[in-house]
Amino acid sequence: MRGPDTTWYLAVSAILFAIGTLGVLLRRSPLIVLLSLEIMLNSGNLALITFARQGGNLDGQIFALAVMAVAASEVVVGLGLIVAMARRRLALDVDKLTTLRG
Amino acid sequence: MGNFLVWVVWLAAAFACLGSGVAVVSVTNPFYSALALIGNLGSLAVLFLLLSAEFVAAAQVLVYAGAVAVMFLFVIAYLGGQADAPWAGGSSWQRWAAVIAASALLLEIVMVIGLKAGGRLSDEADVRESFGSPAEIGRFFLTDQLLAFEITSIVLLVAAIGGVILGAHSRAGGVPREEGAGERTLPERAPSVPATSVGAGVPER
Repeated sequence: MRGPDTTWYLAVSAILFAIGTLGVLLRRSPLIVLLSLEIMLNSGNLALITFARQGGNLDGQIFALAVMAVAASEVVVGLGLIVAMARRRLALDVDKLTTLRG
Repeated sequence: MGNFLVWVVWLAAAFACLGSGVAVVSVTNPFYSALALIGNLGSLAVLFLLLSAEFVAAAQVLVYAGAVAVMFLFVIAYLGGQADAPWAGGSSWQRWAAVIAASALLLEIVMVIGLKAGGRLSDEADVRESFGSPAEIGRFFLTDQLLAFEITSIVLLVAAIGGVILGAHSRAGGVPREEGAGERTLPERAPSVPATSVGAGVPER
């Protein structure tokens, strides 16, 4: 056997996903919520690539690249929203943003 | 000896990954959070390399550590980066509910993977040398996965348009659609507003 096998990578991925979930649920600043979302997406990527390596199939890596593009788009839109909120002097606190009116 | 080296690299990358993930969630200064995210993404790229996904690792460093993290840092610098204590605000039951929900999710993931794939996880497929190389990924993207490739480009285009629209909204100060009409009526309205107020105010006094 060469190096750590699939189980170890999946354990890291699962723990990382739980850390990201904790950040999304716990933090109030929308910036940190976005950063934690990135951690969650990346742990999903790690699981995809691990299973791609285990199955010897490249589809998982292609899916991971697609997830990467979606994550980049999500960051663009999310950061645009946060900057728009800051320019309207809204509080950057996800607990206080309870209405969708501008 | 080779196995030992792989284990050492794996342990370093995995602990760096988990430690920087905890740092992103727990550090109060958002600037340090974004820096910890760069460390997290870099150590994940090392794990991708160990899984013979060279192209994805390179794309990870380029796209995430290069573009996304720099964008986060710029926005944090623009906003001033107010410190936000992770445990501050909110009621205590919300914090405990968050911790319980996250650990329940972890338990569910471990249970599902263990039950569904527990016995078959240790036997890895033998892959050829070029598995995950840029040439192979590129050939795969332009033959079998062409639809995914094109849909990804559309997603990126829509996100770019959305970013531009959000930026234009915030620059116009809340009334973006009437911007063209407002510029035309602005010279007429600007003198008329003081004129009416003066005209209404003078006869009364």
